[in-house]
Amino acid sequence: MGLSFDLLINAVIAGILLGGFYAAVTLGVSISFGILDIVNIAHPAFIILGSYIAYIVNTRLGIDPIVISIVMLPAFYFLGAGVYQVYYESFERRGQEALRGLSFFFGLLFVTEVMLILVFGVDYRYVEAWYIGPSWRLGVMDFPLRMLVPCVAALALFAALELFLSYTFVGRAISAVAQDQLALRLMGASPIRIKRIAFGISIATTAVAGALLIIIQPVEPSVGREYIGRVFAICVLGGLGSLPGTVIAAMLLGILESFTATFYGPSWAPAVAFGVLLLTLAFRPAGLLGR
Amino acid sequence: MRTRVFLLISIAVAALVFLGARMVNNDYVFFAGYTVLQFIVLATAWNILGGYTGYVNFGSAAFFALGAYATVFWHKFYPLPIPFLIVIGGAVSGIVGLGMGYLTLRLRGAFFAIATLALAVVLQTLVVNWDYVGGSRGAYIIRPNEIPLIGPYVQYLFLIQPNEIALIGPYVQYLVLPYVQYLFLLMLALAVIALTIARGIERSQLGYGFATIRDDELAAEASGVPTLRLKLVATTISGALMGMAGAPFPYYIGYLQPSSAFGLEYAVNSIAMPMIGGTTSWVGPLIGAVLLGSLQQIATVTISSAVNLLIVGLLLVAFVIIAPNGIIGLVQGWTRGRAK
Repeated sequence: MGLSFDLLINAVIAGILLGGFYAAVTLGVSISFGILDIVNIAHPAFIILGSYIAYIVNTRLGIDPIVISIVMLPAFYFLGAGVYQVYYESFERRGQEALRGLSFFFGLLFVTEVMLILVFGVDYRYVEAWYIGPSWRLGVMDFPLRMLVPCVAALALFAALELFLSYTFVGRAISAVAQDQLALRLMGASPIRIKRIAFGISIATTAVAGALLIIIQPVEPSVGREYIGRVFAICVLGGLGSLPGTVIAAMLLGILESFTATFYGPSWAPAVAFGVLLLTLAFRPAGLLGR
Repeated sequence: MRTRVFLLISIAVAALVFLGARMVNNDYVFFAGYTVLQFIVLATAWNILGGYTGYVNFGSAAFFALGAYATVFWHKFYPLPIPFLIVIGGAVSGIVGLGMGYLTLRLRGAFFAIATLALAVVLQTLVVNWDYVGGSRGAYIIRPNEIPLIGPYVQYLFLIQPNEIALIGPYVQYLVLPYVQYLFLLMLALAVIALTIARGIERSQLGYGFATIRDDELAAEASGVPTLRLKLVATTISGALMGMAGAPFPYYIGYLQPSSAFGLEYAVNSIAMPMIGGTTSWVGPLIGAVLLGSLQQIATVTISSAVNLLIVGLLLVAFVIIAPNGIIGLVQGWTRGRAK
């Protein structure tokens, strides 16, 4: 009995740590899909891009991946703002975001993946840092630092975003975009500019998420696909546009997946997210903390 | 033009295509042609849902793979002739499409798109964990080199007596078809069926119903169009055709593994082809599939298969930005411009 209790406790801990990381992956989608209504299915592709940049700089210069990701934030912000500009000009303004906008992001996802394959091949890449490997032990509880550091970084990212959205003018304007664009115009803010900033921020989070991903596991270009289902399942389960909901949902999914992997085998874990997504859509489409 | 006339004409065109391919008499023509035809079916099937009703399906690979794995299952369990397997594959994929649609189509369109994307991952997980159909190792399908046209089931069909077979004995070499050509012929028939269905839908009440959903679903619902039921019909037909396209695939490729059946290239191609050809009419996916399919066959041989996927992706992005109505839209704009 003692053994299975250890197993249970450690499965929960592993799930929470994994869930923290999932939160970092999903926060960007919570902004783009949840608040801006832009179904950016290419989000995981940007994450993989972030992973590869962390990999290149880390192997060449030996800098810590999380530090790299923070340095890369502005670059990813401008990349996101640029993508939004194209999206707005080509689809949103013409009212074609449903069919063509989705196809655009799908094409983007695909092109990024194939380009990475062409440049780097399909070998798994990894980074080196002092916290990959050792682990803290507290009684029977096991905290691998490889998981703990990303989880803490993800929570810091969440706190920063939540503070930004609640206490700055631009942040409040971003929340307002989803509610009343006319009122926003009357306040003297251009909805397009606000959306561009918000989408830039959403893509900027992928720089961090990408670095965290390559800390947790070796990465190859098609790994991103597994995250599409997860990311949107978490986003929908948490309630669209709610960042606290996203974190709670991410932890829940992390724990569920960790249990599945522990008791049924890791090859079943990818199916969990889809089950969660379908059940949420069928029974509570508004999510846990939906607006 | 009536649907029946259209069917006759397309059968005639298909017969010409087959005879033309026989004249070239090169196995590669049939191998490459099969792939192009398969994409015609997939693109047409995708367009019935995506182009006519405006709901994006990213899970084409999943429906295709369902058909293929239904075949692998039956191959192990009780080998059946391929035409039966096509029907079974279509039924399986159609039912899955119906179920998926029922769970997600009541919500906003984006949810359906996301769910289809996730469906591919889950079905792949299921197949990888299912040892009976080969699991992650994949499954070998051994196929004969050629198929006698007067096989056992044709005998039953036309009630040919054994002594009559002896009678046509000297001509039997003309009645044996290399297996590749047999598969090519089946896919040709499927393409004709898919195009006829698509065109039939376009000109029927069903097609107008689909168009109202695409243009303004709320207004359609308010005017009494049974939108959910129509969407479910579209998902089922579209899914079934994709499954049918997948059913002969294991016999074509000989060795089926999850990563090849669930390849993202099926999903991206079946979206890119209608988008590039034009989504509002049955001609669009046909043009897109023939152009892009042939281009890919050439690129695969001359450059590499990764580069040809890159070309497809870039073309898709370029077309949705620059020419939102595809090649058909470009041609229409051009002729209209000339009329003025």
